[in-house]
Amino acid sequence: MIEFRSVTKRFAGGSVAVDNLNLTVEDGSFTVFVGPSGCGKTTSLRMINRMLDPSEGKILIDGKDVHEGDPARLRLGIGYVIQHAGLFPHRTVLDNIATVPRLAGWTKAKARSRAGELLELVGLDASMAKRYPAQLSGGQQQRVGVARALAADPPILLMDEPFSAVDPVVREGLQDELLRLQSELDKTIVFVTHDIDEAIKLGEKVAVFRVGGVLAQYAEPAELLARPADDFVAGFVGRDRGYRALGFLPASQLPVGELATIIEGATIAQTRAVLHDGWAVVVDRNGKPIGWAEESRLHGQDPAATLSEDLLHAGGSLYQADGGNLRSALDAALSSPSGRGVAVDADGAVTGAVLADDVLAALARARNDGEVRS
Amino acid sequence: MNWFLNHIDLIVEKTGQHLVISLLPVLFGLIISLPLGWLAGRNPIARAVLIPVSALLYTIPSLAMFVFLPLILGTQIIDPVNVIVALTIYTVSLLVRAIADALSVVDASILAAATAMGYRPARRFLAVELPLAVPVLISNLRVATVSNISLATVGSVIGIEGLGKLFSEGFQRQNLDEIVTGVVLVVVLALIIDLVLQLVGRAITPWTRTAVKS
Repeated sequence: MIEFRSVTKRFAGGSVAVDNLNLTVEDGSFTVFVGPSGCGKTTSLRMINRMLDPSEGKILIDGKDVHEGDPARLRLGIGYVIQHAGLFPHRTVLDNIATVPRLAGWTKAKARSRAGELLELVGLDASMAKRYPAQLSGGQQQRVGVARALAADPPILLMDEPFSAVDPVVREGLQDELLRLQSELDKTIVFVTHDIDEAIKLGEKVAVFRVGGVLAQYAEPAELLARPADDFVAGFVGRDRGYRALGFLPASQLPVGELATIIEGATIAQTRAVLHDGWAVVVDRNGKPIGWAEESRLHGQDPAATLSEDLLHAGGSLYQADGGNLRSALDAALSSPSGRGVAVDADGAVTGAVLADDVLAALARARNDGEVRS
Repeated sequence: MNWFLNHIDLIVEKTGQHLVISLLPVLFGLIISLPLGWLAGRNPIARAVLIPVSALLYTIPSLAMFVFLPLILGTQIIDPVNVIVALTIYTVSLLVRAIADALSVVDASILAAATAMGYRPARRFLAVELPLAVPVLISNLRVATVSNISLATVGSVIGIEGLGKLFSEGFQRQNLDEIVTGVVLVVVLALIIDLVLQLVGRAITPWTRTAVKS
């Protein structure tokens, strides 16, 4: 447990970076500090491992003031990941990861073997071990950064905008990977970002800071979207918050309707026979959707000919019937050329269809049941 | 050429002496410059004093240094210690600034990461800052070393042993072969030592030659 007790940080020159912060981070929780630049989120993070010391107040880890004792020893028990990874350019990937175990006094052999395990844990190939950081892509470097932070198995992990320098596609992969790691490792994570979407995706609890180092709201993401504490938070979480809030309601409660499907390689005549309201989804052998067939495009084609792909409409987004949420279900419905959102199972095979109205009805039920406060 | 072949023993002896009086100062100079350069790189006041003073030292003519040092050190005028101390001073004057600069180009975020990993300052200096400063350090060490090999010849004017003796004695005896041998050997020695340092530098910085792959 990390506790900020009336913590204020003033820099030389008098500017206040953090103003009387009181906040508790629970053990094993994923907490995100978010806010615009100059809001004190990074300063707050850096006071936990004493890269900075508070001007007033104190920070406790498991009830013990971090200020008592040796900072280097404190830091050995706290993993730290920064933007651009901050890897040591003169050490191989393996030796970068082995850094903290070596500092903690492990033998070189033991530290390296542990580093090898970590490499695998963060999804990097063993062939990367002997490379230098300059030989890795930004995303790979960031994975090594996470591996290095986890190497000595610290109970706490501090992450300072770790993914903000990588491109959006890679970032999303890293975020998913981090959530997967956290579900296995159960660390106490404090993560700093300026990106509210990242905060809402990753955080179990989100602390929104405003300029001047004042904590504006500290709540679960769903609560933040449903009930922003003030205009600042409402503005910061953005215009689409009603839509994004759907992301916290499971899609499993949606009724999955029937959907006409036809396997690829069928003839025009076979396809026309299964159309439902003029539409059918063409699937491959594994049941994965390829695109939509529509009556108006098939009309007038040779009935005996095989249905070719250029007659199809591109599909919309998909959502997982189990594990997905109402936001992805609604998006699937809205983006589908037929107006029917395609539901798939965990393997990506089509299981049925959902209409936008079904999603809205599910939302209304959730409201009545008190799952969403409006 | 005949002179050269007939005096191999003498040449080997002089070369050995020359290496001692020119390379020992590089080692001593490096040991002295590291803490001074580190201090100059960290502390603006130390920098404001150390950098100009060390630059000033380099402007003292070598002959004057060789003549005055015995008065300060209490040594005999032909004692090789004078040359070693003088060349150490020149090495320090070249390296203090170089080390301060080499350390200052190390990425601050990497140092912050090292501190956050749990490095204490001294270990961080040896394990992170110094290795990352090696490429810049080596190139300055090469300059200091070649400069020392050349400057060490001046010692022969006051009777210090080394390859310089070949030209000072050759000049007295009007022996052109001896003078040419001395000059050529100094140049060859400088080139060889420079190459060795360059190779050592490459060997200990493998990360600088890694192609960026994506």
